[in-house]
Amino acid sequence: MSLWTTVLLASALSFATKFAGYVVPQSVLDHPLTDRVMHYLPVALLAALIAVQTFTADHGSLILDARAAGLAVAIGCLLLRAPFLVVVVAAAATAALLRAAGIG
Amino acid sequence: MTDEAARQADDIPPTPGQQSKAVARKGIWVGIATGAYGISYGALAVAAGLSFWQAVALSLLLFSGGSQFALVGVLGAGGSGASAIGTSTLLGLRNGFYGLQVSKLLQVTGWRRAAAAHLTIDESTAVSITQPDRALSRVGFWWTGLSVFVLWGLMSAVGAALGNAMGDPARFGLDAAAPAAFCALVWSRLQTRRSQLVAVAAGLIALAVAPHTASGIPVLVAALAAVVAGFLPDRNVTTAEEI
Repeated sequence: MSLWTTVLLASALSFATKFAGYVVPQSVLDHPLTDRVMHYLPVALLAALIAVQTFTADHGSLILDARAAGLAVAIGCLLLRAPFLVVVVAAAATAALLRAAGIG
Repeated sequence: MTDEAARQADDIPPTPGQQSKAVARKGIWVGIATGAYGISYGALAVAAGLSFWQAVALSLLLFSGGSQFALVGVLGAGGSGASAIGTSTLLGLRNGFYGLQVSKLLQVTGWRRAAAAHLTIDESTAVSITQPDRALSRVGFWWTGLSVFVLWGLMSAVGAALGNAMGDPARFGLDAAAPAAFCALVWSRLQTRRSQLVAVAAGLIALAVAPHTASGIPVLVAALAAVVAGFLPDRNVTTAEEI
């Protein structure tokens, strides 16, 4: 699949998903079980993505490097109720500094 | 600001016009904050192998930050187009559920409905559904949606242009920025014990699966954590979970 195909297909599916929310009849989603699974889905997907982006190398093998330190700093910032941008910048700066020092 | 000070001094409640302006201003600030972060997306996108125009096209056409980061993340890690699209689409599913709430507030038809659907993301939904009445919800939705759309697109372009000149984004810790951002986004949803368990379980599932599958797949498999959490009985869950 070419990159442009990937870009356009993902965009089309993104819009279809968004638009579906505007046309789906309410009754379909009133089932409590569907509602509950959907409630947890974003948390599960994002947590998995965080884990993969932080702790895996190119081919899926597990690795501990500067990204893990960045994530630890991000969590520390969140516990101190830091704003979104501070969290992101602090994590990036941590990883950058460690790499500049030759670690990770 | 002077209007507000005068109003407080005279103890006069804000007029609808003043309220609208305050909500619109909030929308613009959210757009600026999100736009600043768009620089990182643009740089990561070109680092993952996308061209400048592909990176910008995603911001204008796909327009969902989490999905875009996921898509370029999977591609950058050498994943297939299919798993990139799958991950991006799964991460974008929540936008469909936002639409259920937001469409009721907006009551739009025709081309405005399509435009509203396109702008239905975390930020516009959050500002919209936290307003005291329907008129302000609409103001909040459109101002936030449009300001995020414009600034996210613009800053993605800046990041994509800089990305080429910046060299390895890892040198600037940009590969650590994305997981930190996702962590910040998901943080407010980790208020209950069950949500926390879902997050930890999903992370562990993904890492257990990662060495054995194509990239993109581990995240999809980790959705099992949500399914299990949704199906488990509520016995050990406080009522706060349902609020």
